[in-house]
Amino acid sequence: MTAVARKRGAGFLVGFGLVALLIAAALSYFADSDPDGLDAVTRQGCTAVETEQGERLDGHCIAQNGTDHPLADGPLADYTVGGDDRLTGVAGAIGVVATLGAAGALFWGLRRRGTGGQGEAGDTPGED
Amino acid sequence: MTATLAMHMSDGLLNAPTSLLFSGVAIAGVGLALVRARADLDDRTAPMAGLVAAFVFAAQMINFPVLPGVSGHLLGGALAAILAGPWVGALCVSIVLVVQALLFADGGITMLGANITNMALIGTATGYLVALALRRLAVRSREGLLVTAFVAAFVNTVAASCGFVLEYSIGGAAGYGTGTAALAVIGVHCLIGIGEGVITAATVGAVAAARPDLVHLLRTARPRAVEEKAR
Repeated sequence: MTAVARKRGAGFLVGFGLVALLIAAALSYFADSDPDGLDAVTRQGCTAVETEQGERLDGHCIAQNGTDHPLADGPLADYTVGGDDRLTGVAGAIGVVATLGAAGALFWGLRRRGTGGQGEAGDTPGED
Repeated sequence: MTATLAMHMSDGLLNAPTSLLFSGVAIAGVGLALVRARADLDDRTAPMAGLVAAFVFAAQMINFPVLPGVSGHLLGGALAAILAGPWVGALCVSIVLVVQALLFADGGITMLGANITNMALIGTATGYLVALALRRLAVRSREGLLVTAFVAAFVNTVAASCGFVLEYSIGGAAGYGTGTAALAVIGVHCLIGIGEGVITAATVGAVAAARPDLVHLLRTARPRAVEEKAR
């Protein structure tokens, strides 16, 4: 790979990452707040009643057996920051960075190193 | 409203033995993916794979309307598999689900195994198998690639929802309404699958236009040609 090609490759990766960040940080404000398909079906037959302890499901439905998430009071619970859903974009950006960090570390650690690998046959040794 | 962006199965939907069973399935599947993913990861593809996981996380935040009062969101298995390969793809979706459960309280912790089984294993595997079956079409033209991505993503979503139906029929904690719930879950996910297909086709199309060598499905179809191009 030439230096120019390498630079072009890095440019694409940065762009792809920025798109992900933009989706999580900005586009997330336009997300539909209705329950998703699985959530909606598991709530069929129940009516949600707001109580002081939170939401209660009256009637008979699958979701009735659902229990609160043990981390429901966590700082980023439900894609908010400290429960403030105006900060969903911030939570989303943190999520993108956290996912990239975890996945990047795992995949970088797992990768086949050095030259001689089938995808690396043309690379100059010792350039990285 | 306690959770506007809640997705995935929450704690308590399956009984304890069934949760354990699918935790075992998830551990076995992710373990196998960890071993097999190595072959698809090198200096060039590893950073891309990390970004694919980040992109799936971001895209999962965007719930789109499918019916009055019902939304859907990307699962991402077919997308990740087409871009990064099936084994790396399964790991991408698994990491997203773990981050969501541990950081954002989204998806029950005891349901993590079941959610990984549905979205990361069943969804990714079926999505990739469909893409593989249509690979000739995908390689031939841009339209072929978009159609392949759409169909693979649609099947991925419906198959993942069948995973839920299977799990619930084995050990649903509520124990009622299995048949009705099954039809409803699969029906709604046919609609969500259309959205999944559109997002997947758009994303795969964009990556293929800029860097076809980073689309795993195309790379494995003609490794030599792409290697030349990547140099």
